[in-house]
Amino acid sequence: MSPTMMDIEITPKIIAEHGLKPDEYDRICKILGRKPNMTELGLYSVMWSEHCGYKHSRALLKTLPTKGPKVLQGPGENAGIVDIGEGWAVAFKVESHNHPSAIEPYQGAATGVGGILRDIFTMGARPIASLNSLRFGPLTDPKVKRLFAGVVHGIADYGNCMGIPTVAGEVVFDENYSENCLVNAMSVGLVRHEQIIRGRATGVGNPVIYIGATTGRDGIHGATFASTEITNESTEKRSAVQVADPFMEKLLMEATLELIHGDLLVGIQDMGAAGLTCSTCEMASRGGAGIEIDVAKVPQREKGMTPYEILLSESQERMLLVAKPGNEQKVHDILAKWDLHAATIGIVTDTGRMVVKENGKVVADVPADSLTEAPIYHPAKSEPAILQKHRDFDEKSVLIPKDLPDVLLKLLSDPTIASKRWVYRQYDHMVRSNTLIRPGSDAAVIRVKGTKLGLAMCIDGLGSYCSLDPYEGAKIVVAEAARNIACSGAEPIGMTDCLNFGSPEKPEVFYYFDRVVSGLGDASRAFGIPITGGNVSLYNENPSGAIDPTPIVGMMGLFQNVDIAVTQWFKDEGDLVYLLGNIGDSIGASRYLQIQHGKKTGLCPKLDLGVELALHKALRELAESKILQSAHDSSDGGFAVTLAECCMTGLTHEAPMLGAKLSLPGSGRLDGRLFGEAQSRAVVSCNPGQAAQLEAVAKKYGVPIEKIGQAGGDSLVIGSEINLPVSKLADLFFTSIEKIMA
Amino acid sequence: MKFSVTVFPGSNCDHDCEYVVRNVMGQPVEMVWHKETDLRNPDCVVVPGGFSYGDYLRTGAIARFSPVMKSVADFAAKGGLVIGICNGFQILCEAGLLPGALLRNKGLQFICQNVYIKVEQTDTPYTNACKPGQVLKIPIAHGEGNYFIDPEGLKKLKDNRQIVVRYCDIKGNLTPESNPNGSLDNIAGICNEKRNVFGLMPHPDRSAEDILGSHDGQFIWNSILAAKVGVS
Repeated sequence: MSPTMMDIEITPKIIAEHGLKPDEYDRICKILGRKPNMTELGLYSVMWSEHCGYKHSRALLKTLPTKGPKVLQGPGENAGIVDIGEGWAVAFKVESHNHPSAIEPYQGAATGVGGILRDIFTMGARPIASLNSLRFGPLTDPKVKRLFAGVVHGIADYGNCMGIPTVAGEVVFDENYSENCLVNAMSVGLVRHEQIIRGRATGVGNPVIYIGATTGRDGIHGATFASTEITNESTEKRSAVQVADPFMEKLLMEATLELIHGDLLVGIQDMGAAGLTCSTCEMASRGGAGIEIDVAKVPQREKGMTPYEILLSESQERMLLVAKPGNEQKVHDILAKWDLHAATIGIVTDTGRMVVKENGKVVADVPADSLTEAPIYHPAKSEPAILQKHRDFDEKSVLIPKDLPDVLLKLLSDPTIASKRWVYRQYDHMVRSNTLIRPGSDAAVIRVKGTKLGLAMCIDGLGSYCSLDPYEGAKIVVAEAARNIACSGAEPIGMTDCLNFGSPEKPEVFYYFDRVVSGLGDASRAFGIPITGGNVSLYNENPSGAIDPTPIVGMMGLFQNVDIAVTQWFKDEGDLVYLLGNIGDSIGASRYLQIQHGKKTGLCPKLDLGVELALHKALRELAESKILQSAHDSSDGGFAVTLAECCMTGLTHEAPMLGAKLSLPGSGRLDGRLFGEAQSRAVVSCNPGQAAQLEAVAKKYGVPIEKIGQAGGDSLVIGSEINLPVSKLADLFFTSIEKIMA
Repeated sequence: MKFSVTVFPGSNCDHDCEYVVRNVMGQPVEMVWHKETDLRNPDCVVVPGGFSYGDYLRTGAIARFSPVMKSVADFAAKGGLVIGICNGFQILCEAGLLPGALLRNKGLQFICQNVYIKVEQTDTPYTNACKPGQVLKIPIAHGEGNYFIDPEGLKKLKDNRQIVVRYCDIKGNLTPESNPNGSLDNIAGICNEKRNVFGLMPHPDRSAEDILGSHDGQFIWNSILAAKVGVS
């Protein structure tokens, strides 16, 4: 460290610039028994940021169910891991990269993918699939179009170059994300049980080795940046956004897996948020050890970097590892094979301290634990008055449109409902030749080569529901993700969540956070699906206020025999079509109410967790008994949109379109029955010869069932209300986004 | 029949090619690292897809200088079978083993989807198991698959019947709509004059099993197995 920096007087202004509050600074002084120097202040600043330290969210997150008989690794490591049998396990996690993407969409999204992939292969797992969940403002805004295109391009370039298929995702366009887009990336990896490795430093004297890209000045304070609100000045923080190099990461992945599978390591951790600082203190803390490093030994991209800069840099594609005794040379040999940098930069100690030197001179010396144990806050919360208004909304005030077919066409063209072909066509979703069900059905399905096992996966979020009723909305997010898995015939085995919210320091925002966490937890417990890890992204604020509370859930499902996997589209002329569940007639909180009537309000659909679980069990038994020709979850856009999708989404897998002649069940509001979003529903079809079996399974689980008609012909007919050629529906559905982006 | 798959830093489809050859076609396969020069005495070399060397500079532009490619060129010169898929096709063009070049897709976007290709020539070691005019469903996944060659080169390709597969619709019609990337004359794959070197953008490695949505890629692999091989 330059003497000038060592000597800098730490003023209240400097403390505030580091995102630390005065009492937090006092706490640091108490821990150290002295004032921190600038470098040490930097360490606490990033590790105690919301992004790394979860200081506002940790108390509530601890209430979430994380355990289960198949869980091999819960939260606290780089990714959760769940057993899938035959010696295999699956590692998965979702993470946000919202703030960087809002400032620099291409690099922000690309490095988001890179970060989550590193979390997976750091556990010893080979990434086999990626998913993503995106939120933008309306596509009518040219700035949003640029953001959307940039984010998709960034995700595509990174994943494609890495050779990891991007198999599923979702995109929502809504006003409230106009100035603060959401980019949540999820990755899934496969690992043999015996090859799982953790981010721990143990064994006094073991070498601490830095591998991967060189360290530059990019991304300094990225974690602190992610923990503040986006303002008009945020573009000036562009140096806090990192630059992606997927080729480097591909080499790093192959080298890392070779090191781990060769049993050469004690522990390994990627350098993501808070870079070298985070990886060093977390590995020491988890291992109950200390670490001593010398920053002068860190491979550097530019000259004259201070220890402060080296420790806080978020240059991408770097890892820190601790080698087993006697394996240091082997580690270096493997890295040389992949033409990667490697440098032994320190050793494991038994002091419990993180000691940083520069050319032998100590520049920082703090207890490792104290960095990983950020203060825990219990922010104030108060229910926003607007929620009562939503509850009081009177649906009767909404007139039923005369031209219902026109409403259906409008919904199918809505970019949030329309096909995302424009997006997923840019993602290589087939590489590694495991993708059995590609984008276009409720869940993507991946096989596990050499076994009969298969994995179903999807990612879902419902910000608008959560903005109207955070508790019920959060339950529905989990239910919908699990329903997607169940429709494909798989059993949900675990989930990961990314909680995107505004500032937790605003009581109304924290009220939402508190209710959403309760809803997630209750649904998770009711379904018996553990939450094995995730991420929190707070301070997502527009100049006009917080974003909708947006919990995102990534769900993993398991097939014992992947041959049974079911897709959502109708298959053969004459197949019988059934509605499982009750149709309902409420229009509250629906996309229809928002698109057709311009109102984002009303009662969120109610979800009975027991009824929902019974539906999942019935769907799974139907799939396992090979009774189903198709199964499709009914959600966004309601019953009519679900049926339209059943008719036309076969095109995504080169299957023909197929019409259907159906009745409209239920009673009450016509628009509610067609476009309302009642929960716990699915549309299924079967060969007429299997009708009795299908009805018997539904009865066994107490799931309401109604035969609504038959697949066939070129048109979708629903009662006397809708009669439209499927080709017309498909044209709007598949080309809506393409036309806007052309 | 013995296969060798070249592996460059950034190769992604090396695993897929290995799996198809070994597990689907039941043939022995060796993986050859780019720094090696010994191809391990194969009957057929597969140059797989991916982003060799990150595709920095230009797709395939750096890979062509790797030690293993010198051996591949020697092997091809002696009449050995060499098939390049996707990035492998780009590398073979850069290395001069095949004529022409692959430019950015006409829409400037990466495209991943199943396409249909029409088999134009069946007297090659890669299509001898196909019927003339047969339509195959095989996926593409590339950002730079827009085949280009100058008019003289195109004439030569036609005169020598080197255009092996073309993009078409499901019925085999060569329409502009069925051409996903703007390739000249809907060209999806070509061979060299001696017909022992073949490059194509579509992935027969991703379409050799029904469970993946198409087994049509097997026609290519079966053709190779049926081909008379022998390095002179």
